[in-house]
Amino acid sequence: MTKDTIYNYTLHLADNALILAQRNSEWCGHGPVLEQDIAITNISLDLLGQARSLYQYAATLMNELNATPLPKGAPIANGEGQAGLATEDSLAYLRDVRAYKNCLLVEQPNGDWAQTILRQFFFSTYQFFLYQQLQRSTDATLAAIAEKSLKEVTYHLRWSSEWVIRLGDGTEESANRLLNALDELWMYTGELFIPASYETAAVEAGAGVDVTALKTHWQQRVNEVFAEAMLTDATAGRESTWMQHGGKEGVHSEHLGYILAEMQYMQRVYPGCEW
Amino acid sequence: MKTTENISVRKVWEILEGVCDPEVPVLTVIDLGIVRDVKIAKANEEEKIEVVITPTYSGCPAMDVIRMNIRMVLMQHGYNNVQITTILSPAWTTDWMTEAGKQKLKAYGIAPPNPKQQVCHTELFAEDEAVQCPHCNSYNTRRISEFGSTACKALFQCNDCQEPFDYFKCY
Repeated sequence: MTKDTIYNYTLHLADNALILAQRNSEWCGHGPVLEQDIAITNISLDLLGQARSLYQYAATLMNELNATPLPKGAPIANGEGQAGLATEDSLAYLRDVRAYKNCLLVEQPNGDWAQTILRQFFFSTYQFFLYQQLQRSTDATLAAIAEKSLKEVTYHLRWSSEWVIRLGDGTEESANRLLNALDELWMYTGELFIPASYETAAVEAGAGVDVTALKTHWQQRVNEVFAEAMLTDATAGRESTWMQHGGKEGVHSEHLGYILAEMQYMQRVYPGCEW
Repeated sequence: MKTTENISVRKVWEILEGVCDPEVPVLTVIDLGIVRDVKIAKANEEEKIEVVITPTYSGCPAMDVIRMNIRMVLMQHGYNNVQITTILSPAWTTDWMTEAGKQKLKAYGIAPPNPKQQVCHTELFAEDEAVQCPHCNSYNTRRISEFGSTACKALFQCNDCQEPFDYFKCY
């Protein structure tokens, strides 16, 4: 197994967590009620913590890969920090949009509360089954991060499932908003189960999870929650939907550039600044 | 030789009793169960201390402060060669919280965690296991939100005395 494979795979997991954390944190101070404002930002914090563990590991791998660090002042589009060494911060703040490997789903705009909830529900369901498998990875660090994160994701899954039901089985307006969110987001769910080249390589190495095998579990869980939410017919006929993909290989929707512009601004303008 | 090492290890554990969680200051890092191991190695007449810790939640912002405070308190006691190692597996659980810690939490107005196996699942709208109000001891309480003021807490309210309270949720 090559370090390069595990590096890219870890970076992909980290980017998913970071970008969704960044999106959810946009709700801070804007939640529909105080308790749910706190809930969505708590979820952000959990995801950010997971991203940090993964970036720290990716930085270690990258520094081992680059036995000779790049000269100071070299182009930093690939995440090398000061003195050419990667750190969790340089990977998050100093990579350009095409170097990000997150799926398209997590970078989609918050929209209204229903759209944020549905995005979280789709992603938490995916992450729940993914981390269950990743706990058995032959890579001890990835297995440990998965074991730790799964406890947090279980809370996210329960919370977002309950909100899907609350909105779907709520008022006519809340159900309509959820259906609109489904129209917006469904086309980004297929990519979760289409493996990128580094995912396939990581599976062959025994370190990664075969995402194609997660699809039935994911679909079943979505169907169960949608049935509770009185939305049984909502996904019917969507099998033929054209599924957008490319994010995992660095081809993103227009939204990611704006997210990075805001998130990376300080480090780009004041390189190495701390507070 | 072995005996001296054991004495030193015990002393370090005692010193760490003085390091509190910055967000729940009644709990020490020992009460929380986040210190997993203390190892001492002798190198050139100097003792090298390794403290192994594990985070409560992945994103707990208190961890950086806790790492710094552990280093500071050990330096104050003359241990200059300190290494702090963070491990993630086995993952921290509220079951590792000490009985003394649970009592201190309750006295502080935070309901201590129930045994975890009864609450951590994905079942929806499940009845919560009864959480005791830390103010009036009633079990007639309800959950207001699964997420509270810090990653480790949920919001509850007592139906009897009406007081809202934090519950250190199972993990």
